[in-house]
Amino acid sequence: MYKPHIRIEDLKAWYGNGQALKGITADVPEHQITAIIGPSGCGKTTLLRCLNRLLEEAQATRVSGHVWLDGTDIYGPGVDVTEVRTRVGMLAPKPFPLPMSIYDNVAYGRRIHGLQRTLDKGNGRNLDRIVQHYLQAAGLWEEVKDRLHDPASGLSTGQQQRLCLARALAVEPEVLLCDEPTSALDPISAQGIEEQLLALKEGTTIVLVTHLLRQARRLADHIIFLWMGELVETGPAEQIFHSAQDERTRAYVAGNIG
Amino acid sequence: MQAIRTWLSPLIRARRSAPRQAGRRRRERWARRFMGALTLGTVLLVPLLAAALVVRAWPILAARPLSELLFSTDWHPLKGQFGFYPFIMGTLWVTAVAMIIAVPPSLLTAIFLAEYAPERLRAVAKPLIDLLAGIPSVVYGVWGMLTVVPAIERYIAPAVQGSLGAVPLFRSDNPTGYGVLAGGVVLAVMVFPSIIAVAEEVVRAVPDGLRDASLALGATRWQTVRNVVMRRAWPGVAAAVILGLSRALGETMAVLMVVGNMPRVPGSIFDAAYPLTALIANNYGEMMSIPLYDAALLAAALILLLIVVGFNIASRLVLIRLTPAK
Repeated sequence: MYKPHIRIEDLKAWYGNGQALKGITADVPEHQITAIIGPSGCGKTTLLRCLNRLLEEAQATRVSGHVWLDGTDIYGPGVDVTEVRTRVGMLAPKPFPLPMSIYDNVAYGRRIHGLQRTLDKGNGRNLDRIVQHYLQAAGLWEEVKDRLHDPASGLSTGQQQRLCLARALAVEPEVLLCDEPTSALDPISAQGIEEQLLALKEGTTIVLVTHLLRQARRLADHIIFLWMGELVETGPAEQIFHSAQDERTRAYVAGNIG
Repeated sequence: MQAIRTWLSPLIRARRSAPRQAGRRRRERWARRFMGALTLGTVLLVPLLAAALVVRAWPILAARPLSELLFSTDWHPLKGQFGFYPFIMGTLWVTAVAMIIAVPPSLLTAIFLAEYAPERLRAVAKPLIDLLAGIPSVVYGVWGMLTVVPAIERYIAPAVQGSLGAVPLFRSDNPTGYGVLAGGVVLAVMVFPSIIAVAEEVVRAVPDGLRDASLALGATRWQTVRNVVMRRAWPGVAAAVILGLSRALGETMAVLMVVGNMPRVPGSIFDAAYPLTALIANNYGEMMSIPLYDAALLAAALILLLIVVGFNIASRLVLIRLTPAK
């Protein structure tokens, strides 16, 4: 059995008057990769963006229900949303390097949280070490170590995505949300990101939105299968892929629909 | 029916398509020529205007050394002395004060509208701000005379001079409210809407993915705006400010009504000033029998044009230097 890190309970979401999530209840096990799968428009990304409360930053969105992160409801009263987002990191489908240097991109999260004040006293060596550590963790260090202070926009798309991974990891989140993180990448870069994710699950809970069934098969330990904003089935990957209960799940994983 | 149509089809096609095709191509050609000519005409306006000004100002440009025209403070047309320095400084003072007053609040307003305001508030606020840009400048001038000038005369000048009277910037023997500050305030209100409108568009054009990236790291809205959004948007924001600056430099009517119009170099924000635009508007068409007077006023217009063009070119060069290559 697994230990749930996140419990999603009766989660509903609306864009204007359109309901995108119709009461989702599911668990995300700790230190595993949970893949959210389903056809286009089924609410995969919406669900993911509810897990770090990013959905509410868009105009005219509304969320109800609970998301328990280690027993605390992130939609509860008095919750500091910046703290939620510090604990739950995110990797977007397209890399968006911040308009600053490679170094500053990785240091950004630390700096906005004022962490450098305790760690970085004096000559900044600690921040240097952190930046190096997470660039290594993202598999980018060797390629950029001689040009850390060049603008991040000069990197290739694949490198930018690894930079975004390093940037997210540098805040040391417990959970990493990945929204189709390889969709803009060439196959080699995509494979690199997949390997990083597999290595990361040792200490991090990963939630992965993917429209690629094969990617879900390669990476996922646990599956959440959505259909038109509803949860159809959730459980260990083994079970979903080989002995699904629901007709739609069987048809989807067999590649007959969606 | 079908058979008839099949039989007729070569005819139909011939009748329809050959002349039609030719007509379409002809219309396309003429549309392109017509629009191209209009564009060319607009582009040529600036050099034509400058050339006309040079020709009309030539008598005085030939008769007086340029250094005297630009740097002499003696403006006595009847004695044949034409020093534009007080007017150039008047324009620069009033514009500088206007921009100092206008830029910070309009940028913060633009940021609020683009980043914080809910859609409904923006839908109401944006048209109202655009409307502000459409109010005729004489209305702003009247407002300045009725409200700003008395306020400066009765409250602002006494209060500031009472506490900071020793600072040269605030020291003045001009007891009326008419002066640089009044002109600056009126101009500031006039350039607000154009700076806000352009800056808001520019800030909104920053991709949401960039905002999400910063927010998802736990940054607050303000941290995101300051460190990410504005860093990305600032060349466009600078362009918005330059647009406001150009408008402020050229604005005539409202300024003329409140700056006091004294041909002296201002030394304080409470001194009267006489910007180039006001000089031209007040005097052109009068006293034209004075020798060289007509040429002098057109030289003033030329100087104003050069100042505006100079500011635009300089700021564009700075922008190009400072904008990192993509």
